[in-house]
Amino acid sequence: MAASDTTATTAGRAPNRGLRWLRRNLITIAGLCTLAYLVLPNLVVMVFSFNKPNGRFNYQWQRFSTDGWTDPCGVADLCGSLGLSLQIAVWATLGATVLGTMIAFALARYRFRARSGVNTLIFLPMAMPEVVMAASLATLFLNMGIAFGFWTILIAHIMFCLSFVVTAVKARVMSMDPRLEQAAQDLYASPAQTFLRVTLPIAAPGIAAGALLSFALSFDDFIITNFNAGSTVTFPMFVWGSAQRGTPVQINVIGTAMFLVAVLCVVVGQLAGKRPKRS
Amino acid sequence: MTHTATPQSSSGGDVRLHGISKTYGSFTAVHPLDLTVPAGSFFALLGASGCGKTTTLRMIAGLEDPTTGTVELSGQDVTDLPPYKRQVNTVFQNYALFPHLDIFENVAFGLRRRGIKSVKKQVEEMLDLVQLGPMARRKPQQLSGGQQQRVAVARALINHPQVLLLDEPLGALDLKLRRQMQLELKRIQTEVGITFVHVTHDQEEAMTMADTVAVMNGGRVEQLGAPADLYENPGTTFVANFLGTSNLIEAEVVEARGRQDGDLLLKAGDAKLRLPAERCSAAARTGGKVLAGVRPEKVSLAHADDAGSIADGRNRLPGRIKDASFIGVSTQYVIDAAGLGELAVYEQNIERDGRLVPGAEVVLHWSPGHTFGLDADQSLLAGTVDADAGADLDEEAA
Repeated sequence: MAASDTTATTAGRAPNRGLRWLRRNLITIAGLCTLAYLVLPNLVVMVFSFNKPNGRFNYQWQRFSTDGWTDPCGVADLCGSLGLSLQIAVWATLGATVLGTMIAFALARYRFRARSGVNTLIFLPMAMPEVVMAASLATLFLNMGIAFGFWTILIAHIMFCLSFVVTAVKARVMSMDPRLEQAAQDLYASPAQTFLRVTLPIAAPGIAAGALLSFALSFDDFIITNFNAGSTVTFPMFVWGSAQRGTPVQINVIGTAMFLVAVLCVVVGQLAGKRPKRS
Repeated sequence: MTHTATPQSSSGGDVRLHGISKTYGSFTAVHPLDLTVPAGSFFALLGASGCGKTTTLRMIAGLEDPTTGTVELSGQDVTDLPPYKRQVNTVFQNYALFPHLDIFENVAFGLRRRGIKSVKKQVEEMLDLVQLGPMARRKPQQLSGGQQQRVAVARALINHPQVLLLDEPLGALDLKLRRQMQLELKRIQTEVGITFVHVTHDQEEAMTMADTVAVMNGGRVEQLGAPADLYENPGTTFVANFLGTSNLIEAEVVEARGRQDGDLLLKAGDAKLRLPAERCSAAARTGGKVLAGVRPEKVSLAHADDAGSIADGRNRLPGRIKDASFIGVSTQYVIDAAGLGELAVYEQNIERDGRLVPGAEVVLHWSPGHTFGLDADQSLLAGTVDADAGADLDEEAA
């Protein structure tokens, strides 16, 4: 405020009202622009889920219709691939979260010989170009004589999700006051009780963040999956494949539904986080 | 779980440490130590940071395994018991309240772990005792420092431990609140009768609260006793300087024995000083050296012109006022005593002598009975702020 006042007086004149308004609201405007930039693609997907395209491609607005929403599985193999993707995402999340949490605790809590080496190796899948990792994984599976399919996809997904879980959980465990666990032990909690009642609840936000990240990464992974899927088709592979022949409205319907579920999760999470403060 | 919690165990247990020590690699945190804390007493471990006081406390709690020695609680050897099987509770430095639990659940934690189902009444009573009843459903981070401190005390006390350990519990509070909590803790201790072992670096805190103070330095107990006893009869220069302020004067023993009044006769500079033999902790022989000490508030100041009116038989030293600071209840003088360095004198502000200003020639005089004698073979500066600063500089240089 003070700064704008001084500039106004140095200008000497009655300040331009439009300019002053702009100056005062610049941050809001910039914020809204950024938000629009982020949300617009989602809005387009949403709007076109109510389209009734004339040809096979859903790229031009024709007229309003709820056909896609009333019959989301109307396209052959779409819901099958969606189910498979969800299944893989759930298992990959579970596997990566359990393994990653254990690795994170080991790295954060214990000093062992290969500790710094493991720290670097864990970071590697995040840093490596995905396509390179996909190709090398495919080569590995081929040479080991493992048939491509559900299991190869799951193994690959757990592998690249691990790094994210480890990173998220490790940060949380490292910032935890070691005296909290000592206090628990001092208050008659056995090591197992200490872990369940104190360590795990405090590490939970990190574990949840890692799990959410894993789910999202696994669900929409295309490159690694495509290399290691064989004849199995996941949802991202289905979308990519169908995009060559035509884009059914149902893809937009599924996309919109996923977006809404994610938003719902965030809103519920925020409300749950606020509740204890209110009472 | 082997422990049996008896709610009526309000009479605390005694703590006995036998030859307990702790080394980390080549560093010895605590040298072999024997210590007995009587049941129901308020015991303070006092020392500067790194003196081994917290390590000693953690060994009693079971959070640190002693390298040698044993820990006994109420006559039972608990050295090999893990912390969750010892009937001891700790108030941690910075409180270590569980951030994911509300105040009620923090306080109920110990009861629940021991399988007690109906905790509501006990927790509410305990929260009332520390005046935090309305805060029960708040989270720790929503409380002020003083409130968090009270939660930490309540969380420990609700278990009726045999011994309550306090690790610098007031360190994070501001001065006024600290004073208030000192009295509050002392009140609680008197009320519940549990043995308190309190670790602090604040000598005033230790003297205010504790029945017995153990002064620790470099992993050893320098001296142990009641606060007044430690203050009046320090056994080492560290204790003399760490507890309050002391004037330490290097002196030569002129007459070690043979005097009828049982006093030693000392020569410091040109002055003769008398020191009661029983107040000299050093072996004094004629011709040897001792450190003669006297507390600044025991010394009176007379202008050099009035030197003749000082009563006979008092120890006296000539000097010149170097600095005088008026601090309300008293005036603190720094006196440059010829050849003996700088001495501190605290004068009550009752009848102020206008001539006692910097530059004035004065005579310091005090009753010989207030003199104490220490072994001259130790650093004059041990336990002073200067000595600490010097040590820090050494560490940085290394």
